Amino acid sequence: MDLVAVLGVRCWEAALTDLLPWFVSESQLIINGAAKGCIYGLIALGFVLIYKATETVNFAQGDLMMLGAFIAFTFIAIVGLPYWLGFLLAILVMAVIGYALDAVVLRYVIGQPQFAIIMLTIGLGYVFRTLAGMIWGYEPASFDTPFTGRVATAGPVTIGQENLAIIVGTVILCAVLYIFFTRTRIGVAMQASSQNQLAAYYMGIPVKMVFSLIWAISAGVAVVAGVLVSPLSLIDPNLGFLGIKAFAAAVLGGFGSIPGALLGGVLIGIVEQLAGFHLPAGSQDVSAYVVLLGVLVIRPSGLFAQVGRKKV
Amino acid sequence: MSFFQARNLSIAFGGIKAVDDVTFDVTRGEVFTIIGPNGAGKTTIFNLISRIYQPTGGALTFDGLDITHLPPHRIAGLGIARTFQNIELFERATVLHNLLIGRHCHRKSTLVGELLFLPATRRMELAHRRRVEEVIDFLDLAAYRDQMILNLPYGVRKVVELGRALATEPKLLLLDEPSSGLNVEETEEMAFWIEDIKSDLGITVLMVEHDMSLVSQVSDRVLALNYGRVLCEGTPQEVQRDAEVIRAYLGG
Amino acid sequence: MRFIFKRSYEQDINIWRHGGDLFWYGLLLVGLLALPFGLDRFFVGELTYIFILGIAGIGLMLLVGYTGQVSLGHAAFLGIGAYANAYLISKGVPFLVSFPLAGLAAALAGVAIGIPTLRMTGIYLAIATLAFAIIVEHVFANWNTVTGGFDGLPVDPPDLFGYELLEPGELYYLALLVLVLILGAAANLLRSPTGRAMVAIRDSEISAQSMGVNLAWTKTVAFAVSAGFTGLAGALYGHYVSYLAPDNFNILFSIQLLLLVVVGGIGSLHGAIYGAVFLGALPQAIAIARDYLPDSLAQMPGLEPGIFGVILVLFILFEPFGIHGRWLKIKLYFQLFPLYKRATFKRQKAYLRTERLH
Repeated sequence: MDLVAVLGVRCWEAALTDLLPWFVSESQLIINGAAKGCIYGLIALGFVLIYKATETVNFAQGDLMMLGAFIAFTFIAIVGLPYWLGFLLAILVMAVIGYALDAVVLRYVIGQPQFAIIMLTIGLGYVFRTLAGMIWGYEPASFDTPFTGRVATAGPVTIGQENLAIIVGTVILCAVLYIFFTRTRIGVAMQASSQNQLAAYYMGIPVKMVFSLIWAISAGVAVVAGVLVSPLSLIDPNLGFLGIKAFAAAVLGGFGSIPGALLGGVLIGIVEQLAGFHLPAGSQDVSAYVVLLGVLVIRPSGLFAQVGRKKV
Repeated sequence: MSFFQARNLSIAFGGIKAVDDVTFDVTRGEVFTIIGPNGAGKTTIFNLISRIYQPTGGALTFDGLDITHLPPHRIAGLGIARTFQNIELFERATVLHNLLIGRHCHRKSTLVGELLFLPATRRMELAHRRRVEEVIDFLDLAAYRDQMILNLPYGVRKVVELGRALATEPKLLLLDEPSSGLNVEETEEMAFWIEDIKSDLGITVLMVEHDMSLVSQVSDRVLALNYGRVLCEGTPQEVQRDAEVIRAYLGG
Repeated sequence: MRFIFKRSYEQDINIWRHGGDLFWYGLLLVGLLALPFGLDRFFVGELTYIFILGIAGIGLMLLVGYTGQVSLGHAAFLGIGAYANAYLISKGVPFLVSFPLAGLAAALAGVAIGIPTLRMTGIYLAIATLAFAIIVEHVFANWNTVTGGFDGLPVDPPDLFGYELLEPGELYYLALLVLVLILGAAANLLRSPTGRAMVAIRDSEISAQSMGVNLAWTKTVAFAVSAGFTGLAGALYGHYVSYLAPDNFNILFSIQLLLLVVVGGIGSLHGAIYGAVFLGALPQAIAIARDYLPDSLAQMPGLEPGIFGVILVLFILFEPFGIHGRWLKIKLYFQLFPLYKRATFKRQKAYLRTERLH
């Protein structure tokens, strides 16, 4: 018992003397990383929503975000609408597109093996990218936000208001979604449909419509991510490649777990920033994937594993 | 030392004790049946023997060898084969293919030999094929040999499942509800096969079953379980007369 | 309708079902052997590319189509084979040694990713392979002493006992030879216990284990063989392009290989070949189609991936069994005429969640 107490005190001391100052000095990187990570987390959230409901893995989620950002750009910079109005309209438009995507395309592949659906969404991603290139071109675009160029300070820590907006926005969105899924009938209906579609049908749940609604919500979440990230990285058709890192985030957290997706995203965002600063150039991108592989080797189903095992 | 022993076998899932301190012996050459209501832990015991689950307590011994912690793929090689309650056949393969996979535990070919399909590999393939044909003859599956599992009716699939287990040339055969989903005729056939397996092939059978007439017909000894615990063990007649068993399971 | 009368077990074990099959395959082989003598250099090169894709496709098909392990980063193995071979040749190693060594290097890389992923399933495995491929791409770009980094690595032509294969026709025959050998090896594997074990893992891991299949061993072998075959394709690819750059082996290439598998027809070696023909011919088809498209569309930089995407989507929606599947349906139609029923190939949909788990 004594030994444990002594060790415990030592660890605490070490934490205070070494970890905390490191934390403060790295805080800038950590906060920036957390902000970028929230974006990954939001995209990952979109994946996980669709996956929890329909067991579809949507590799085109990043490209939905890209389309959303472009549509917002069109409303705000080209049509000239105020920021919040353009934002809202973009969410609505993409929600409709998400709904239509499920109703027109994904509905016909329900029940096919996962691999086929993965390939389908990968294909869709490429199509979106090409369409975006055709409509908006390959020149990077951007629009003004109420947060650009402003900063907020809290003690030794400075944070750009875009980053602050990302973090706050993510938190608000998650709270809204949480309430939606736990307190409404639709949330329960979505759970039922994901467990056993046939039985859900028999219970009178309009499964197809429910799934399409999930896609609509997911597309909306993607737009939020896209609009929030646009000050950080310019909008071009390749913006969707963030989706691959977001995928890594969702897997890291445990595919099927919403808090896991967010945590995974934030983790990857922070690791990236730290790696970009401390490791040789070019390691930034790879670091996220190294971390991912490392975690998966130890915990093959992610941090908050939600594995369903086949019952024999 | 009996052929197969379970000693104080236990497994808990969270707080639920699915199997609680179960002890039984199976003698070589007999048909031993486990009965009990749904959720009693019967299939769980099979899954423990197949090593799909890890026991939280107790030991399993087969032919003198402690198999409690072996990896699942070693079990077939020792001579224990099983069928599954919900039929775990390979759907997109033919009956022949499924039965040939049953021969996997007797694989003696090397990877290089297979890639080059050396004459030795070819000979072994032909030998596997001959053994599988014996099983097909035994179970009258010749008509279905080249058909895909997903095109077959349920009754035939059950027989193929049995065939695949027999193809492993087991010493102990675990049958999980062999008559479930079968009609009266098919159940009669199954009873005859179990008897043939015991007398002609000399295989010891450990069975989980609900159909009491089938149990009475083929079993040498019966074990009754409820809530993971042993209620009673004995001949079919003894167990069917036991008061606790009647109250928990048989009714009346 | 041809009725195959079976007289011996050998007939089932053999790769071809009857003399007719052997005849047609033989004819095809003779035709391919004769082709370079009549065909333009350019088309000989195109066919060589198709053979190389075929070898890589067989590798990927073994892993994805037969063992059910999704690999989203297979181009990494292509690259490892290509760089290993090119590097060894630049150090003076004869081709007949560097070529198998390149395959071995790729196979070892396959084991390197196969072992950590043994406990992963489905989407986790797929993302892990993707992460692996991205890391490998990073290594290609930064390991300057071996790969030359972004400067690239020139590839000397293959040297067989002093005779250098400089003509495109010669690479053609080399690629064809390797393709036939790999095809044979793959077919052999699939008719042996290991091949059956791989299929068992795809369909039901739990009952595969109960039949004595060692999951870890079989999955590792599947990864190793698949990566090895793809590595050999990569080595030939190096000679085909004669100059390697790290971004040759990017995600798009991996997706194209998967496109090959899906379009060709998942779960069959024929599918790998059909897919290779499709993928190899596609850029040409697009180039020809460009002439007919309005200028604005034709000049667009991102057109090719977009077309890949559309094709992928259309195939999954309308012909999930790929070209091979469509060919089987057509053959069955004529064999059963006029009794053919469209529902013959209707796949049982998996509505229950546990049916889709493994």
